[in-house]
Amino acid sequence: MSHDHAHDDDHSELSAMDLRVRALETVLTQKGYIDPAALDVLIDTYQTRIGPRNGARVVARAWVDAAFRGWLLRDATAAIASLGYGGRQGEHMIAVENTAGRHNMVVCTLCSCYPWPVLGLPPTWYKSAPYRSRAVKDPRGVLADFGVTLPEATELRVWDSTAEVRYLVIPQRPAGTEHLGEEQLAALVTRDSMIGTGLVALPTSVA
Amino acid sequence: MSYETHADLGGRSGSGAVAPELEGELFHAAWEPRALALTLAVGATGAWNIDMSRAARETLPNYAELSYYEIWLAGLQRLLAQRGLLSPDEAAAGQALHPALALKRVLRAGDVASVLAAGSPTLRPSADVPRFNVGQRVRTRGEPVAHHSRLPAYARNKVGVVERLHGAHVFADANAQGLGEQAQWLYTVAFDSSELWGDDATPALTVSVDAWDAYLELA
Repeated sequence: MSHDHAHDDDHSELSAMDLRVRALETVLTQKGYIDPAALDVLIDTYQTRIGPRNGARVVARAWVDAAFRGWLLRDATAAIASLGYGGRQGEHMIAVENTAGRHNMVVCTLCSCYPWPVLGLPPTWYKSAPYRSRAVKDPRGVLADFGVTLPEATELRVWDSTAEVRYLVIPQRPAGTEHLGEEQLAALVTRDSMIGTGLVALPTSVA
Repeated sequence: MSYETHADLGGRSGSGAVAPELEGELFHAAWEPRALALTLAVGATGAWNIDMSRAARETLPNYAELSYYEIWLAGLQRLLAQRGLLSPDEAAAGQALHPALALKRVLRAGDVASVLAAGSPTLRPSADVPRFNVGQRVRTRGEPVAHHSRLPAYARNKVGVVERLHGAHVFADANAQGLGEQAQWLYTVAFDSSELWGDDATPALTVSVDAWDAYLELA
């Protein structure tokens, strides 16, 4: 699959796409099929309201609250809803927990299924051919692309999202964070760690 | 009848390295968020279902050459054209030239939050007893099918273990063909990497798919 990067230097192609999308929006508005103001709300929602900070709050809560962690592992949809997140592309959630011996990674080899209410829109790489083709066969190679190396003995588990079930990885809480509160912990949790292509690290200022 | 998906990428070789991206980088051109929002807004009219839209995208002949939002846009235009909602001359002119067709609903700005919060759950009540239980060994269907399906090619004719039961879910294969929801039991089936990849397998790797009842038989 080609990448948007390939288009970056080609302004004529970019503007051609802009014109094509604008033309489509105009026709569909004239026909009464869409409310253009709804497009603005949709875009604003995924740019400012629904994104990986939601998932980070879920993870931080699981780290500090054993009862919540248990609920999240038993019934992720309900536990996540209790924090106010749910709906489109997160109707049926499963949370999977990384441990010292086991690392989880989530992919959608067939398209781009992704837990929107907790992680927002998927990054480009998640939808790309390299990730979708390699995650199920060579996850250690994929992790290397993200600068992550796991011990040989770590068991790897890859979840291919082939139906409407969506997966959230609960990364391991780093050692040395016992003094941090829930909000500070949430700030450490990265999007990639909740997909399984990253680990949560201590703030670099500690080192 | 033939059906060719270009989206079934699991295990394919030669795709190169993954390029990580910063967390805030959602879009790479001004038209991308509009294409996304158009797709969501028209999808919310109920003119088709999500399985039909996946089928429209994955069968685009030039799928491999398109960026992801180009795929979404091409899929959207294809579905609009197939249903007579948008004629090729209108797409070219950027003007409505023919009368509009009636839609079930139109997504209004004020309804976006509630529509997104409601989502489209696919779990359905079912009196059917699941055929398989956790821990049972199952074999996946071996033959490709001539319609949209959610059993990846790499997981065809493989033996795995049922790990989770998810209840009865809308069956994507039927729903994509306009044959109704035909909800059936959905299972997480886990495969040892050696079953999937033989000598090429990464050690200590387990891969799972979510598979509907029709994809499985007792092993």
